Amino acid sequence: MHNIRMNTESAEIVETPGTAETVETVETVETVETAESRQRRQSAVVTALRDILPPRAILYRREDTAPYECDALTAYRESPLAVVLPESEAEVAAVLKVCHRLEVPVIARGGGTGLSGGALPNRLGVTLSLAKFNRILSIDAASCTARVQCGVRNLAISEAAAPYGLYYAPDPSSQIACTIGGNVAENSGGVHCLKYGLTLHNVLKVRGFMVDGSAVEFGSEALDAAGLDLLAVVIGSEGMLAVTTEVTVKLIPKPQLARCIMASFDDVEAAGAAVASVIARGIIPAGLEMMDKAMTAAVEAFVHADYDLNAAAILLCESDGTAAEVQEEIALMEEVLTAAGASRLDVSRDEAQRLRFWSGRKNAFPASGSISPDYMCMDSTIPRKRLAQMLRSIQDMEVKYGLRCCNVFHAGDGNLHPLILFDAEDPDEMHRCELFGADILETSVALGGTVTGEHGVGVEKLNSMCVQFSPAERVQFSGVKQAFDPRGLLNPGKVIPTLVRCAEYGKMHVHRGMLPFPGLPRF
Amino acid sequence: MGFRDAALAQLIDRVAHARTAGQPVEIRGGGSKRFYGEAPRGDVLDVRGVAGISSYEPTELVVTARAGTTVEELEAALAEHGQYLPFEPPRFAPGGTVGGMVAAGLAGPARASVGSVRDHVLGLTLLNGNAELLSFGGQVTKNVAGYDVSRLIAGSLGILGIICEVSIKVLPVAAACATLCFECEQVRALEKLNAWRCKPLPINASAWLDGRLYVRLSGARAAISEACRDLGGALLAAEESQPWWDAVRDQRHEFFVVGEDDLSRGECLWRLSVPAATPPLVLAGRQFIEWQGAQRWLRTKAGAAEVRAAAARAHGHATLLRGADKSAGVFGPLDEVLMGVHRNLKQAFDPKRIFNPGRLYAEL
Repeated sequence: MHNIRMNTESAEIVETPGTAETVETVETVETVETAESRQRRQSAVVTALRDILPPRAILYRREDTAPYECDALTAYRESPLAVVLPESEAEVAAVLKVCHRLEVPVIARGGGTGLSGGALPNRLGVTLSLAKFNRILSIDAASCTARVQCGVRNLAISEAAAPYGLYYAPDPSSQIACTIGGNVAENSGGVHCLKYGLTLHNVLKVRGFMVDGSAVEFGSEALDAAGLDLLAVVIGSEGMLAVTTEVTVKLIPKPQLARCIMASFDDVEAAGAAVASVIARGIIPAGLEMMDKAMTAAVEAFVHADYDLNAAAILLCESDGTAAEVQEEIALMEEVLTAAGASRLDVSRDEAQRLRFWSGRKNAFPASGSISPDYMCMDSTIPRKRLAQMLRSIQDMEVKYGLRCCNVFHAGDGNLHPLILFDAEDPDEMHRCELFGADILETSVALGGTVTGEHGVGVEKLNSMCVQFSPAERVQFSGVKQAFDPRGLLNPGKVIPTLVRCAEYGKMHVHRGMLPFPGLPRF
Repeated sequence: MGFRDAALAQLIDRVAHARTAGQPVEIRGGGSKRFYGEAPRGDVLDVRGVAGISSYEPTELVVTARAGTTVEELEAALAEHGQYLPFEPPRFAPGGTVGGMVAAGLAGPARASVGSVRDHVLGLTLLNGNAELLSFGGQVTKNVAGYDVSRLIAGSLGILGIICEVSIKVLPVAAACATLCFECEQVRALEKLNAWRCKPLPINASAWLDGRLYVRLSGARAAISEACRDLGGALLAAEESQPWWDAVRDQRHEFFVVGEDDLSRGECLWRLSVPAATPPLVLAGRQFIEWQGAQRWLRTKAGAAEVRAAAARAHGHATLLRGADKSAGVFGPLDEVLMGVHRNLKQAFDPKRIFNPGRLYAEL
């Protein structure tokens, strides 16, 4: 990372025509940044961009770039050199070529709803907003595919496909605002992944540009493409391998019916075991979610959906398909959940009630925001069988760090979203919250899981990557990065921590004697 | 990977030596797919010693197996718990291994409805060209920590490293299954498949050959009986159905059997992967259509250029599965940008080019 020495004052640039001299100045990557050098760099970059974009598509004054300083992980902010808003693929290619020539980092940005800081600007880089790429290019009902520009919102695809009885399956909670390009970058999931898969399983082709501005297509309109499966590695690469401009997605027929069971459990262990029992019975629910008591209380106050406030844990278990199929599956689910010790079962009678059951789950984040000044959402995944153990560990951590935590899980796939409640105004709480979060992630890895299920590493989980991967594995990740982007200009500093950073993180842990759960067996 | 046994240590040693000597190796499991891809080169490196199922918990829907485990052993273990490999990897001969299954990335009849091999790979342990043992992904469905290297390895034909262990998502066997047959020409069969695709039907696989369309349904009992009523057609007897689909899956069906005589007469078996709604492809020879229209097998003497051009016109690509003359390349050509990334990835994983050189593309 570069050395920040300047203050945060806006670097207003003087409008001068570009000269060969200014261009040369920035071609040498500066290791030590000063206010003056940054301003020179900004001037050169903006000048070069003006040759290829109309003035309205270039923002560089601090007040104009302010809305782009962070994504949904608002704790991290940075001011970019410039923000560009190209409107055509030719303009995107031109921006990339200019930035490549000037060796300026490029940070692609979609809806800005990411939760891990993946779209955090680079102080010496250009933020490439793809907001103008918001057109649905075609819906092909015969092949059940949609070709859309990267800035199209996730939900807009399903809305456009609805007249054909089709929809796009991955449904992250932010689906009204997040874009398909961002979904590709993060390999976004949602509440229906267990049955319908992640972005990876629902995208056929990604069209875009390499860092040097050359056009590229990963995947194809067929079910596979020649050569290595580069599409698989581009999806989830957090904008570090290529810039996406167009995505061809698979659409699937909308199920005729969906019904949901809301089951209460007197203890979380029984709820965790019930999840395993459902799977063991050969059922793949369309959705299988869990909320703990604290979360239920928070969302009930927020949405008034008639949740069981006495339950230690609530499971939402959904079946979809034809009427006959759903009837058969719901009966089986009821039987399994009852046998697993559910203290109360409600089956949705109609669509309105089903949506009410889900309303609390879908509003878990804003509900947490209503009971605490701030909350930090974690996103680790653990094997399903460890759910109860993990919940107990989190309860211990609440005591240890003196902070409350509400829990919502995508129980079907073991993806946890503990929401740690804290007050960011209080530096000590903020610090304890960070330690609490790191503890959850490290415990997840120790239990055989991963530090991020669907939100991505971004900048937020860089340290946790040191825990999950060995130095050799991280070096191999860097090799993948370099294979696509040899100069490291696409979204630099994200996802893969440097060896130095990991060494320091390791040291910090030992020094502070904060190694989580010294008694926990490591395997 | 939680094991460090003698077989693995030996494998790491062999790779370290090959690297030092700059001696290429042909990674080999059961050898059942040796015909696939460009001609194998290098000293045979048998990886079957690293074998066995490391962990399997049916309620997690995940199985972890070392690469030398045979597909038969893995499937038998899953069957005991009413589960299976949804992507139905072809078993060209007994003894094919899990490592080979992932490296080849080939899927069977259900691919269009359930997904490919890579869709089910959750994580793997790889021995790279520097003799380093690396783990990517994990045993959980949702995992976005780092680049998805394990899925990049699926279908890479061993050119990036040796798969040592792999975790795979498995599914419960459906409660009910039925196969329907329809007498119809190719164009009509494709029309039917297009119409069904956008309806919520439990279609799990399809196959069309010589004027007959087979459709396999799989799902809840109620859904199957309902779909049988709606779709019509003739019900194939249950005892005939499974062997028929197995023969298609394992390419024992007469259509796929290309004998020495056929090969010497210049006959080839091509796999054309095209968008599902592609109209009938006009090419000399006989066609077998799978994956609801997205996979079209072709038995032909037509030249590679002609076959590839037809695939390209349909926005797909063609792979030469079996043929005596592979001089035109087994896999569809890549443009310069994609080939550049391929070269760089090969360099990043296997800088001394010791693993399966040329097996995917001559220059890799």
